[in-house]
Amino acid sequence: MELDTGATAWMLTSASLVLLMTPGLALFYGGMVRGKSVLNMMMMSFGAIAVTAVIYVLWGWSMSYGSDIGGIIGNPFDQFALQGAIYDEAGEFIIDGFGVPGIVGVGFQATFAIITVALISGAIADRVKFGTWMVFVALWVTFGYFPMAHMVWGGGLLSGDGPFASIAAPIDFAGGTVVHINAGVAALVLALVVGKRKGFGTEPMRPHNLTLVMLGAALLWFGWFGFNGGSAFTADGFAGLAWVNTTVATAAAVLGWLVVEKFRDGSATSLGAASGVVAGLVAITPAAGSVSPFGSIFVGVLAGVFSAFAVGLKYKLGYDDSLDVVGVHLVSGLWGTLAIGFLATETGLFYGGGVNQLAVQAIIAVVAMVFSAVVTYILAILLKATMGWRVSEEVEVNGIDLAVHGESAYEGLSSGSVIKEVRA
Amino acid sequence: MKLVTGVIQPHRLDDVKSALEAAGVRGMTVSEASGYGRQKGHTEVYRGAEYTVDLVPKVRIEVLVSDADAPSIVDVVVGAAQTGKIGDGKVWTVPVDDVARVRTGEHGDAAL
Repeated sequence: MELDTGATAWMLTSASLVLLMTPGLALFYGGMVRGKSVLNMMMMSFGAIAVTAVIYVLWGWSMSYGSDIGGIIGNPFDQFALQGAIYDEAGEFIIDGFGVPGIVGVGFQATFAIITVALISGAIADRVKFGTWMVFVALWVTFGYFPMAHMVWGGGLLSGDGPFASIAAPIDFAGGTVVHINAGVAALVLALVVGKRKGFGTEPMRPHNLTLVMLGAALLWFGWFGFNGGSAFTADGFAGLAWVNTTVATAAAVLGWLVVEKFRDGSATSLGAASGVVAGLVAITPAAGSVSPFGSIFVGVLAGVFSAFAVGLKYKLGYDDSLDVVGVHLVSGLWGTLAIGFLATETGLFYGGGVNQLAVQAIIAVVAMVFSAVVTYILAILLKATMGWRVSEEVEVNGIDLAVHGESAYEGLSSGSVIKEVRA
Repeated sequence: MKLVTGVIQPHRLDDVKSALEAAGVRGMTVSEASGYGRQKGHTEVYRGAEYTVDLVPKVRIEVLVSDADAPSIVDVVVGAAQTGKIGDGKVWTVPVDDVARVRTGEHGDAAL
């Protein structure tokens, strides 16, 4: 295959866009927590970048796209440290079927692993040890993310080469199962194992900076063009379709969320708009390449409505998913994955395609949920018994930033300080 | 001497300041305050979770005056701050033992 410079340029751009999503997520989540714990919240995202990027080149790529073991994982030693993934036997860069160097694909896929594990952090805001989180990131991407990526995109159990493809070829364009259902279920499990924040449901825990939330949502949206548009793997009509679908569904989700808020709460809020953005982006992720822009309106508006209602469940059911990873990512991720069964232009129920696509979408969603729940539960319990998850009650109440990171985000939080020593 | 303290609606501050200046008051201390009287607060909703904010932002204005001027100054503040709506605030007077001007060291009425 000849090098396609246009496609390569787009994929490098997309990889950069997706990498930007995680700092965007740090702002989105950081604004939603209280001022005393914003740095810890943002550090969880930056920590996820640091750990996952290193692991990805060591065994992440190989476990996702290396030689298949039982349809569940790729062999981690097959292309360990990217041996055999960059150059061919002649010493030339390996070029994939789209004319893009394989190493560009490695970068692009690494950014997906990074954002997925970072998403989980929103469920356990304000209360976990940073060290435990960093170890969890390493373990979870290894046992929770790479196998799922292999199953769906690497020719495994949930792919077009798997056993369910006899019903219909499963569709997950950019990560409804691998990213959002996976992270959403993991978030629910962690929230249950780690437990509630002190004062959850009784003390006010209002977002400390909604402008950061809006800025973060904007960066997520921008980065998502790489997420979905780049999942075409080249610069073609599919990339364009994904771009337009991503915009339309997201806009529709904002409207859906705001309408629910206006009727239920009396005000259309900025937090609702930012949340609607993410819900729409999540829902269109698996469907961006298979639905029409018209269909995207339905995908988006219902994502906004479903997630706007779902975020209240934690108060009714009594689990502290602090920043609504379950309500937004799991619910909208499930909806987007199932919506393909109704709205895919070639195989969807509403387009005369019968129920096969819907059935297979439901199957891959359920398998993803069960797999994610089991893996995350085992890792969460293991870490609870060894390192421990929770910081002390005193640290949690006084603010995790100061106790864990030795910093405070805003001047007023540590006023009256004097300088004692400057260490070179 | 008396200390006249008013806790008023923030948007009435400019009018109160102008009225006090017109009444011959040459100095005052203004600070942000929050609290509630009969008005109570308001509610905010974040992702469907309702927060009742029971402390309402107010402005505190403090003026040192002579015993003779105190009743009229209270009336000036009330007149300028009044909107007739709930949450207009309170004005009160407390006796002051002594006042000293830092620049000159003067005490009592001379320091007002």
